[in-house]
Amino acid sequence: MAGPRNISVSEASRPVLPRHARLKYDETRKVWVILAPERVLAPDEIAVEVLQLCDGKRSVGDVSDLLAEKYAAPREAILADVIVMLQDLADKGFLTEAREKTP
Amino acid sequence: MSDVLPTIPPDASDSLAVLEKSRSTAETFGIPLAVLLEITHRCPLQCPYCSNPVELDRSGKELTTDEWKKVLSELAEIGVLQVHFSGGEPTARKDLVELVKHASDVGLYTNLITSAVLLTRERLSALADAGLCHVQISFQGVEEGLSDRVAGYKGAHHKKIEVAKWTRELDLPLTVNAVMHRQNLHQLPDIIQMSIDLDADRLEVANVQYYGWALKNRAALMPTVEQLDECTRIVEEARERLKGTLAIDYVVPDYYALRPKKCMGGWGRQFFNISPAGKVLPCHAAESITGLDFESVRSNHSIAWIWQNSDAFNRYRGTGWMKEPCKSCEFREIDFGGCRCQAFALTGDAANTDPACALSPLHETIFKQAEREAEGETNRFLYRNFAGGTLESGNDA
Repeated sequence: MAGPRNISVSEASRPVLPRHARLKYDETRKVWVILAPERVLAPDEIAVEVLQLCDGKRSVGDVSDLLAEKYAAPREAILADVIVMLQDLADKGFLTEAREKTP
Repeated sequence: MSDVLPTIPPDASDSLAVLEKSRSTAETFGIPLAVLLEITHRCPLQCPYCSNPVELDRSGKELTTDEWKKVLSELAEIGVLQVHFSGGEPTARKDLVELVKHASDVGLYTNLITSAVLLTRERLSALADAGLCHVQISFQGVEEGLSDRVAGYKGAHHKKIEVAKWTRELDLPLTVNAVMHRQNLHQLPDIIQMSIDLDADRLEVANVQYYGWALKNRAALMPTVEQLDECTRIVEEARERLKGTLAIDYVVPDYYALRPKKCMGGWGRQFFNISPAGKVLPCHAAESITGLDFESVRSNHSIAWIWQNSDAFNRYRGTGWMKEPCKSCEFREIDFGGCRCQAFALTGDAANTDPACALSPLHETIFKQAEREAEGETNRFLYRNFAGGTLESGNDA
Protein backbone atom coordinates (compact mmCIF):
# COMPACT_ATOMS: atom_id res chain seq x y z
CA MET A 1 0.00 0.00 0.00
CA ALA A 2 1.50 3.24 -1.09
CA GLY A 3 1.56 6.02 1.44
CA PRO A 4 0.35 9.48 0.58
CA ARG A 5 2.98 11.53 -1.18
CA ASN A 6 3.33 15.08 -2.34
CA ILE A 7 0.43 16.35 -0.27
CA SER A 8 -0.89 19.71 -1.29
CA VAL A 9 -2.39 21.38 1.76
CA SER A 10 -5.61 23.32 1.17
CA GLU A 11 -8.52 24.60 3.23
CA ALA A 12 -10.34 21.32 2.74
CA SER A 13 -7.42 19.05 3.70
CA ARG A 14 -7.78 17.05 6.89
CA PRO A 15 -4.15 16.60 7.85
CA VAL A 16 -2.72 14.56 10.67
CA LEU A 17 0.79 13.65 11.76
CA PRO A 18 1.76 10.26 10.33
CA ARG A 19 2.54 7.38 12.64
CA HIS A 20 6.28 7.99 12.37
CA ALA A 21 6.07 11.63 13.48
CA ARG A 22 5.21 12.08 17.14
CA LEU A 23 4.42 15.36 18.81
CA LYS A 24 5.68 15.27 22.36
CA TYR A 25 6.54 17.64 25.18
CA ASP A 26 10.16 17.15 26.16
CA GLU A 27 10.25 17.49 29.92
CA THR A 28 14.03 17.66 30.05
CA ARG A 29 14.49 20.51 27.59
CA LYS A 30 11.10 22.13 28.27
CA VAL A 31 10.19 22.32 24.59
CA TRP A 32 7.71 20.67 22.28
CA VAL A 33 9.29 18.35 19.74
CA ILE A 34 8.22 16.32 16.73
CA LEU A 35 10.04 13.00 16.75
CA ALA A 36 10.66 11.55 13.31
CA PRO A 37 13.13 9.10 11.80
CA GLU A 38 16.63 10.45 12.48
CA ARG A 39 15.19 13.91 13.05
CA VAL A 40 13.89 15.94 15.93
CA LEU A 41 11.97 19.04 14.93
CA ALA A 42 11.25 21.90 17.29
CA PRO A 43 7.87 23.37 16.34
CA ASP A 44 7.17 26.88 17.61
CA GLU A 45 4.19 27.66 19.85
CA ILE A 46 1.78 28.33 17.01
CA ALA A 47 2.84 25.21 15.11
CA VAL A 48 2.24 23.14 18.24
CA GLU A 49 -1.22 24.59 18.64
CA VAL A 50 -2.09 23.91 15.00
CA LEU A 51 -0.77 20.35 15.15
CA GLN A 52 -2.71 19.58 18.30
CA LEU A 53 -5.86 20.49 16.40
CA CYS A 54 -4.93 18.41 13.34
CA ASP A 55 -6.56 15.11 14.21
CA GLY A 56 -7.41 13.89 10.72
CA LYS A 57 -11.03 14.85 11.29
CA ARG A 58 -10.88 18.64 11.35
CA SER A 59 -10.16 20.35 8.06
CA VAL A 60 -7.57 23.08 7.74
CA GLY A 61 -10.56 25.44 7.49
CA ASP A 62 -11.97 24.14 10.79
CA VAL A 63 -8.61 24.58 12.47
CA SER A 64 -8.39 28.15 11.20
CA ASP A 65 -11.89 28.88 12.46
CA LEU A 66 -10.95 27.73 15.95
CA LEU A 67 -7.74 29.74 16.01
CA ALA A 68 -9.43 32.86 14.58
CA GLU A 69 -11.97 32.69 17.35
CA LYS A 70 -9.45 31.99 20.09
CA TYR A 71 -7.13 34.84 19.11
CA ALA A 72 -9.81 37.16 17.76
CA ALA A 73 -7.74 37.46 14.60
CA PRO A 74 -8.73 37.69 10.91
CA ARG A 75 -9.50 34.19 9.67
CA GLU A 76 -8.00 34.66 6.20
CA ALA A 77 -4.59 35.64 7.62
CA ILE A 78 -4.60 32.68 9.98
CA LEU A 79 -5.66 30.30 7.23
CA ALA A 80 -2.79 31.47 5.04
CA ASP A 81 -0.25 31.00 7.86
CA VAL A 82 -1.59 27.58 8.76
CA ILE A 83 -1.38 26.39 5.16
CA VAL A 84 2.22 27.59 4.82
CA MET A 85 3.28 25.87 8.04
CA LEU A 86 1.53 22.59 7.22
CA GLN A 87 2.82 22.57 3.65
CA ASP A 88 6.34 22.98 4.99
CA LEU A 89 5.79 20.00 7.27
CA ALA A 90 4.28 18.01 4.38
CA ASP A 91 7.26 18.78 2.15
CA LYS A 92 9.55 17.49 4.86
CA GLY A 93 7.54 14.26 4.81
CA PHE A 94 5.96 14.65 8.25
CA LEU A 95 2.32 15.18 7.39
CA THR A 96 -0.31 12.86 6.03
CA GLU A 97 -3.99 13.17 5.25
CA ALA A 98 -6.79 11.20 6.80
CA ARG A 99 -7.76 8.49 4.37
CA GLU A 100 -11.28 7.91 3.22
CA LYS A 101 -12.58 4.81 4.90
CA THR A 102 -13.95 2.48 2.26
CA PRO A 103 -16.80 0.38 3.62
CA MET B 1 23.33 3.27 9.69
CA SER B 2 24.33 6.80 9.22
CA ASP B 3 25.30 8.55 12.37
CA VAL B 4 25.63 11.78 10.54
CA LEU B 5 22.34 13.24 11.58
CA PRO B 6 21.52 16.65 10.24
CA THR B 7 22.31 19.34 12.72
CA ILE B 8 20.93 22.38 11.02
CA PRO B 9 21.07 25.18 13.57
CA PRO B 10 17.63 26.22 14.76
CA ASP B 11 16.57 29.29 12.86
CA ALA B 12 14.41 31.72 14.79
CA SER B 13 12.29 32.40 11.71
CA ASP B 14 11.59 28.73 11.06
CA SER B 15 8.48 27.47 12.79
CA LEU B 16 9.73 23.91 12.34
CA ALA B 17 13.41 24.15 13.03
CA VAL B 18 15.43 20.96 13.21
CA LEU B 19 16.57 20.65 16.77
CA GLU B 20 20.26 20.02 17.23
CA LYS B 21 20.98 16.74 18.82
CA SER B 22 22.09 18.57 21.86
CA ARG B 23 22.03 22.22 22.61
CA SER B 24 25.54 21.91 23.84
CA THR B 25 28.12 24.62 23.64
CA ALA B 26 31.82 23.94 23.74
CA GLU B 27 31.66 23.77 27.52
CA THR B 28 28.45 21.93 28.33
CA PHE B 29 27.24 18.64 27.00
CA GLY B 30 23.50 18.12 27.12
CA ILE B 31 22.10 14.63 26.99
CA PRO B 32 21.85 13.46 23.36
CA LEU B 33 18.45 13.36 21.68
CA ALA B 34 19.11 9.95 20.17
CA VAL B 35 21.09 6.94 21.34
CA LEU B 36 22.22 3.90 19.38
CA LEU B 37 21.71 0.58 21.16
CA GLU B 38 23.81 -2.22 19.74
CA ILE B 39 21.95 -4.94 21.55
CA THR B 40 23.97 -7.80 20.06
CA HIS B 41 26.95 -8.36 17.78
CA ARG B 42 25.48 -11.59 16.48
CA CYS B 43 24.47 -11.35 12.82
CA PRO B 44 23.78 -13.87 10.07
CA LEU B 45 25.31 -11.54 7.46
CA GLN B 46 29.07 -11.13 7.01
CA CYS B 47 29.37 -7.75 5.28
CA PRO B 48 33.02 -6.85 4.80
CA TYR B 49 32.42 -3.23 5.88
CA CYS B 50 30.59 -4.04 9.11
CA SER B 51 30.74 -1.11 11.52
CA ASN B 52 31.08 -3.40 14.52
CA PRO B 53 34.50 -3.67 16.13
CA VAL B 54 36.82 -6.38 14.82
CA GLU B 55 36.69 -7.90 18.30
CA LEU B 56 33.03 -8.73 18.68
CA ASP B 57 31.18 -9.20 21.98
CA ARG B 58 30.09 -12.81 22.35
CA SER B 59 26.49 -13.55 23.32
CA GLY B 60 27.48 -14.53 26.87
CA LYS B 61 28.61 -10.95 27.50
CA GLU B 62 25.37 -9.36 26.28
CA LEU B 63 23.18 -7.42 28.71
CA THR B 64 20.14 -9.37 29.87
CA THR B 65 16.56 -8.38 29.07
CA ASP B 66 16.17 -6.78 32.49
CA GLU B 67 19.43 -4.89 32.13
CA TRP B 68 18.34 -3.47 28.76
CA LYS B 69 14.96 -2.50 30.20
CA LYS B 70 16.68 -0.67 33.02
CA VAL B 71 18.86 1.12 30.47
CA LEU B 72 15.80 2.15 28.43
CA SER B 73 14.04 3.54 31.50
CA GLU B 74 17.13 5.43 32.52
CA LEU B 75 17.59 6.90 29.03
CA ALA B 76 14.00 8.16 28.95
CA GLU B 77 14.39 9.62 32.42
CA ILE B 78 17.49 11.67 31.57
CA GLY B 79 15.96 13.14 28.42
CA VAL B 80 16.87 10.87 25.51
CA LEU B 81 13.99 10.96 22.99
CA GLN B 82 14.87 8.34 20.40
CA VAL B 83 16.54 4.96 20.50
CA HIS B 84 17.85 2.99 17.56
CA PHE B 85 17.82 -0.78 18.07
CA SER B 86 20.81 -1.98 16.14
CA GLY B 87 23.52 -4.61 16.25
CA GLY B 88 24.86 -6.88 14.87
CA GLU B 89 21.42 -7.97 13.95
CA PRO B 90 18.96 -6.79 16.65
CA THR B 91 16.32 -9.34 15.64
CA ALA B 92 18.78 -12.06 16.67
CA ARG B 93 17.73 -11.22 20.24
CA LYS B 94 14.68 -13.21 21.24
CA ASP B 95 13.51 -10.43 23.54
CA LEU B 96 13.38 -7.66 20.92
CA VAL B 97 9.59 -7.28 20.98
CA GLU B 98 9.69 -7.02 24.76
CA LEU B 99 12.43 -4.39 24.59
CA VAL B 100 10.57 -2.31 21.98
CA LYS B 101 7.43 -2.53 24.09
CA HIS B 102 9.30 -1.32 27.14
CA ALA B 103 10.90 1.54 25.20
CA SER B 104 7.46 2.62 23.96
CA ASP B 105 6.02 2.37 27.45
CA VAL B 106 8.63 4.75 28.83
CA GLY B 107 7.94 7.19 25.98
CA LEU B 108 10.90 6.61 23.66
CA TYR B 109 10.65 6.88 19.88
CA THR B 110 11.90 3.56 18.53
CA ASN B 111 13.74 2.78 15.33
CA LEU B 112 14.81 -0.68 14.17
CA ILE B 113 17.99 -0.94 12.12
CA THR B 114 17.96 -4.40 10.62
CA SER B 115 19.31 -6.65 7.89
CA ALA B 116 15.77 -8.10 7.85
CA VAL B 117 16.80 -11.66 7.01
CA LEU B 118 15.62 -13.16 10.31
CA LEU B 119 12.23 -11.45 10.38
CA THR B 120 8.91 -13.16 9.80
CA ARG B 121 5.77 -11.21 8.99
CA GLU B 122 4.33 -12.28 12.32
CA ARG B 123 7.30 -10.94 14.28
CA LEU B 124 7.33 -7.66 12.37
CA SER B 125 3.65 -7.29 13.13
CA ALA B 126 4.35 -7.96 16.82
CA LEU B 127 7.03 -5.25 16.76
CA ALA B 128 4.55 -2.81 15.20
CA ASP B 129 2.03 -3.67 17.91
CA ALA B 130 4.72 -3.11 20.53
CA GLY B 131 4.97 0.47 19.30
CA LEU B 132 7.85 0.38 16.84
CA CYS B 133 7.92 3.73 15.01
CA HIS B 134 10.25 3.17 12.09
CA VAL B 135 12.13 0.44 10.22
CA GLN B 136 15.46 0.80 8.49
CA ILE B 137 16.55 -2.06 6.24
CA SER B 138 20.05 -2.42 4.88
CA PHE B 139 20.52 -3.33 1.23
CA GLN B 140 23.79 -4.45 -0.31
CA GLY B 141 22.74 -3.84 -3.92
CA VAL B 142 19.73 -4.15 -6.25
CA GLU B 143 20.03 -7.75 -7.40
CA GLU B 144 20.69 -11.09 -5.79
CA GLY B 145 24.08 -11.85 -7.30
CA LEU B 146 26.02 -8.92 -5.94
CA SER B 147 23.86 -8.34 -2.86
CA ASP B 148 24.09 -11.87 -1.56
CA ARG B 149 27.81 -11.95 -2.28
CA VAL B 150 28.49 -8.75 -0.32
CA ALA B 151 26.30 -9.96 2.55
CA GLY B 152 27.90 -13.40 2.45
CA TYR B 153 24.40 -14.84 2.82
CA LYS B 154 22.44 -16.68 0.17
CA GLY B 155 18.87 -15.46 -0.28
CA ALA B 156 19.47 -12.24 1.68
CA HIS B 157 18.33 -9.84 -1.04
CA HIS B 158 15.11 -11.68 -1.79
CA LYS B 159 14.22 -11.73 1.91
CA LYS B 160 14.96 -8.04 2.35
CA ILE B 161 12.59 -7.10 -0.48
CA GLU B 162 9.91 -9.26 1.11
CA VAL B 163 10.36 -7.67 4.56
CA ALA B 164 10.39 -4.17 3.07
CA LYS B 165 6.99 -4.91 1.53
CA TRP B 166 5.62 -6.23 4.83
CA THR B 167 6.90 -3.09 6.53
CA ARG B 168 4.80 -0.87 4.29
CA GLU B 169 1.81 -3.23 4.44
CA LEU B 170 1.90 -2.78 8.21
CA ASP B 171 1.98 0.97 7.60
CA LEU B 172 5.40 1.35 9.18
CA PRO B 173 7.66 3.97 7.62
CA LEU B 174 10.66 2.55 5.81
CA THR B 175 14.19 3.76 5.29
CA VAL B 176 16.39 1.97 2.79
CA ASN B 177 19.95 1.96 4.01
CA ALA B 178 22.41 1.45 1.16
CA VAL B 179 26.06 1.13 2.03
CA MET B 180 28.06 2.08 -1.05
CA HIS B 181 31.56 1.16 -2.23
CA ARG B 182 33.50 0.54 -5.42
CA GLN B 183 31.80 -2.76 -6.19
CA ASN B 184 28.19 -1.52 -5.99
CA LEU B 185 28.28 2.22 -6.76
CA HIS B 186 27.26 1.53 -10.37
CA GLN B 187 23.91 0.34 -9.00
CA LEU B 188 23.06 3.62 -7.27
CA PRO B 189 20.47 4.84 -9.81
CA ASP B 190 18.70 1.48 -9.52
CA ILE B 191 18.90 1.59 -5.73
CA ILE B 192 17.12 4.95 -5.80
CA GLN B 193 14.43 3.50 -8.05
CA MET B 194 14.16 0.40 -5.83
CA SER B 195 13.57 2.66 -2.82
CA ILE B 196 10.72 4.40 -4.63
CA ASP B 197 9.25 1.08 -5.73
CA LEU B 198 9.39 -0.18 -2.13
CA ASP B 199 7.59 3.01 -1.04
CA ALA B 200 10.38 4.03 1.30
CA ASP B 201 10.24 7.48 2.89
CA ARG B 202 13.98 7.81 3.16
CA LEU B 203 17.09 6.49 1.55
CA GLU B 204 20.46 6.63 3.19
CA VAL B 205 23.28 6.56 0.67
CA ALA B 206 26.13 5.87 3.03
CA ASN B 207 29.56 5.44 1.57
CA VAL B 208 31.68 3.05 3.59
CA GLN B 209 33.72 4.64 6.36
CA TYR B 210 37.06 2.97 6.65
CA TYR B 211 37.76 1.65 10.10
CA GLY B 212 37.49 -1.79 11.66
CA TRP B 213 36.33 -4.40 9.16
CA ALA B 214 36.10 -1.88 6.35
CA LEU B 215 39.72 -0.85 6.85
CA LYS B 216 40.74 -4.50 6.47
CA ASN B 217 38.72 -4.54 3.23
CA ARG B 218 39.71 -1.12 1.98
CA ALA B 219 41.45 -2.35 -1.16
CA ALA B 220 38.29 -4.20 -2.22
CA LEU B 221 35.90 -1.36 -1.37
CA MET B 222 37.55 2.00 -2.03
CA PRO B 223 35.82 3.86 -4.85
CA THR B 224 37.65 5.93 -7.43
CA VAL B 225 37.41 9.72 -7.37
CA GLU B 226 35.40 9.56 -10.61
CA GLN B 227 32.94 7.09 -9.09
CA LEU B 228 32.42 9.38 -6.12
CA ASP B 229 31.87 12.47 -8.22
CA GLU B 230 29.29 10.56 -10.21
CA CYS B 231 27.67 9.33 -7.00
CA THR B 232 27.36 12.88 -5.68
CA ARG B 233 25.91 14.06 -8.99
CA ILE B 234 23.31 11.26 -8.97
CA VAL B 235 22.30 11.98 -5.36
CA GLU B 236 21.93 15.72 -5.98
CA GLU B 237 19.84 15.17 -9.08
CA ALA B 238 17.61 12.62 -7.32
CA ARG B 239 17.14 14.83 -4.26
CA GLU B 240 15.78 17.61 -6.42
CA ARG B 241 13.62 15.31 -8.55
CA LEU B 242 12.16 13.40 -5.58
CA LYS B 243 11.49 16.25 -3.19
CA GLY B 244 8.53 15.34 -0.98
CA THR B 245 8.61 11.72 -2.21
CA LEU B 246 11.92 10.33 -1.05
CA ALA B 247 14.31 12.05 1.34
CA ILE B 248 17.93 11.14 0.66
CA ASP B 249 20.64 11.36 3.30
CA TYR B 250 24.12 11.22 1.91
CA VAL B 251 27.35 10.25 3.62
CA VAL B 252 30.55 10.67 1.58
CA PRO B 253 33.77 8.80 2.26
CA ASP B 254 36.20 11.31 3.62
CA TYR B 255 39.43 10.03 2.12
CA TYR B 256 38.91 12.19 -0.93
CA ALA B 257 37.78 15.27 0.95
CA LEU B 258 39.97 18.19 1.93
CA ARG B 259 38.23 18.75 5.22
CA PRO B 260 37.52 15.96 7.68
CA LYS B 261 33.99 15.17 8.80
CA LYS B 262 32.73 16.46 12.14
CA CYS B 263 32.60 12.89 13.30
CA MET B 264 29.70 12.17 15.67
CA GLY B 265 29.21 15.93 15.83
CA GLY B 266 32.39 15.99 17.90
CA TRP B 267 33.53 13.41 20.45
CA GLY B 268 31.15 13.27 23.41
CA ARG B 269 29.08 16.23 22.26
CA GLN B 270 25.90 14.87 20.67
CA PHE B 271 25.99 11.13 20.65
CA PHE B 272 26.68 7.94 22.51
CA ASN B 273 25.95 4.31 21.93
CA ILE B 274 25.75 1.30 24.18
CA SER B 275 27.53 -1.89 23.18
CA PRO B 276 26.07 -5.41 23.59
CA ALA B 277 28.05 -5.81 26.81
CA GLY B 278 26.79 -2.46 28.14
CA LYS B 279 29.77 -0.21 27.49
CA VAL B 280 28.82 3.42 26.99
CA LEU B 281 30.78 4.60 23.94
CA PRO B 282 31.26 7.95 22.15
CA CYS B 283 30.80 6.12 18.83
CA HIS B 284 30.36 2.54 17.68
CA ALA B 285 34.02 2.25 16.64
CA ALA B 286 35.48 3.81 19.79
CA GLU B 287 36.59 0.50 21.27
CA SER B 288 39.12 0.26 18.45
CA ILE B 289 41.12 2.97 20.25
CA THR B 290 43.29 1.10 22.70
CA GLY B 291 44.19 2.66 26.02
CA LEU B 292 40.73 4.09 26.66
CA ASP B 293 38.70 2.56 29.44
CA PHE B 294 34.98 2.70 28.71
CA GLU B 295 32.55 2.53 31.60
CA SER B 296 29.66 0.08 31.56
CA VAL B 297 26.02 0.46 32.51
CA ARG B 298 26.83 -2.45 34.82
CA SER B 299 29.12 -0.18 36.85
CA ASN B 300 27.76 1.71 39.82
CA HIS B 301 27.68 4.95 37.81
CA SER B 302 24.56 6.29 36.14
CA ILE B 303 24.51 6.72 32.36
CA ALA B 304 24.29 10.49 32.83
CA TRP B 305 27.37 10.42 35.06
CA ILE B 306 29.30 8.35 32.52
CA TRP B 307 28.32 10.78 29.75
CA GLN B 308 29.33 13.84 31.72
CA ASN B 309 32.27 12.69 33.81
CA SER B 310 33.94 9.54 32.55
CA ASP B 311 37.51 9.82 31.42
CA ALA B 312 36.84 8.26 28.01
CA PHE B 313 34.21 10.88 27.14
CA ASN B 314 36.28 13.76 28.44
CA ARG B 315 39.54 12.66 26.82
CA TYR B 316 38.77 14.13 23.37
CA ARG B 317 35.95 16.47 24.24
CA GLY B 318 36.11 20.07 23.13
CA THR B 319 39.49 21.34 21.90
CA GLY B 320 41.80 21.17 24.95
CA TRP B 321 43.31 17.79 23.96
CA MET B 322 44.39 18.97 20.52
CA LYS B 323 47.90 19.07 19.13
CA GLU B 324 49.04 21.01 16.08
CA PRO B 325 47.85 21.52 13.40
CA CYS B 326 44.39 21.27 15.06
CA LYS B 327 45.30 23.32 18.12
CA SER B 328 45.63 26.64 16.33
CA CYS B 329 43.36 25.80 13.40
CA GLU B 330 40.49 28.14 12.63
CA PHE B 331 38.26 25.11 11.92
CA ARG B 332 38.92 23.38 15.25
CA GLU B 333 35.42 23.98 16.56
CA ILE B 334 33.85 23.24 13.19
CA ASP B 335 35.14 19.71 12.64
CA PHE B 336 36.85 18.99 16.00
CA GLY B 337 39.80 17.48 14.17
CA GLY B 338 37.72 14.86 12.35
CA CYS B 339 37.38 11.27 13.48
CA ARG B 340 39.38 10.00 16.50
CA CYS B 341 39.02 6.36 15.47
CA GLN B 342 40.34 7.10 11.99
CA ALA B 343 43.21 9.14 13.45
CA PHE B 344 44.09 6.21 15.71
CA ALA B 345 43.74 3.59 12.98
CA LEU B 346 45.88 5.47 10.48
CA THR B 347 48.41 7.26 12.71
CA GLY B 348 48.47 5.25 15.94
CA ASP B 349 47.44 8.26 18.05
CA ALA B 350 43.82 9.31 18.39
CA ALA B 351 44.92 12.83 19.33
CA ASN B 352 46.50 13.39 15.94
CA THR B 353 44.66 15.23 13.20
CA ASP B 354 42.44 12.87 11.22
CA PRO B 355 44.44 12.19 8.02
CA ALA B 356 41.27 12.91 6.05
CA CYS B 357 42.16 16.56 6.70
CA ALA B 358 44.37 18.21 4.09
CA LEU B 359 46.30 19.84 6.94
CA SER B 360 47.39 16.46 8.30
CA PRO B 361 50.99 15.64 7.32
CA LEU B 362 49.73 12.18 6.34
CA HIS B 363 46.89 13.34 4.10
CA GLU B 364 48.76 13.15 0.82
CA THR B 365 50.09 9.65 1.50
CA ILE B 366 46.69 8.33 2.52
CA PHE B 367 44.97 9.94 -0.43
CA LYS B 368 47.46 8.46 -2.89
CA GLN B 369 47.13 5.05 -1.28
CA ALA B 370 43.33 5.19 -1.55
CA GLU B 371 43.61 6.16 -5.20
CA ARG B 372 45.98 3.28 -5.88
CA GLU B 373 43.73 0.81 -4.10
CA ALA B 374 40.69 2.11 -5.96
CA GLU B 375 42.43 1.47 -9.28
CA GLY B 376 43.60 -1.97 -8.12
CA GLU B 377 42.20 -5.34 -9.04
CA THR B 378 41.63 -6.67 -5.55
CA ASN B 379 37.94 -7.45 -5.23
CA ARG B 380 38.11 -10.28 -2.76
CA PHE B 381 36.40 -9.69 0.58
CA LEU B 382 37.40 -10.60 4.10
CA TYR B 383 34.03 -11.52 5.58
CA ARG B 384 33.12 -10.36 9.04
CA ASN B 385 32.58 -13.07 11.65
CA PHE B 386 33.42 -14.06 15.20
CA ALA B 387 36.45 -16.02 13.98
CA GLY B 388 38.31 -12.83 13.05
CA GLY B 389 37.20 -12.90 9.42
CA THR B 390 37.14 -15.39 6.54
CA LEU B 391 38.61 -14.67 3.13
CA GLU B 392 36.21 -14.98 0.22
CA SER B 393 36.94 -17.87 -2.13
CA GLY B 394 37.30 -17.02 -5.81
CA ASN B 395 37.15 -13.39 -7.00
CA ASP B 396 40.75 -12.72 -7.89
CA ALA B 397 43.83 -14.07 -6.19
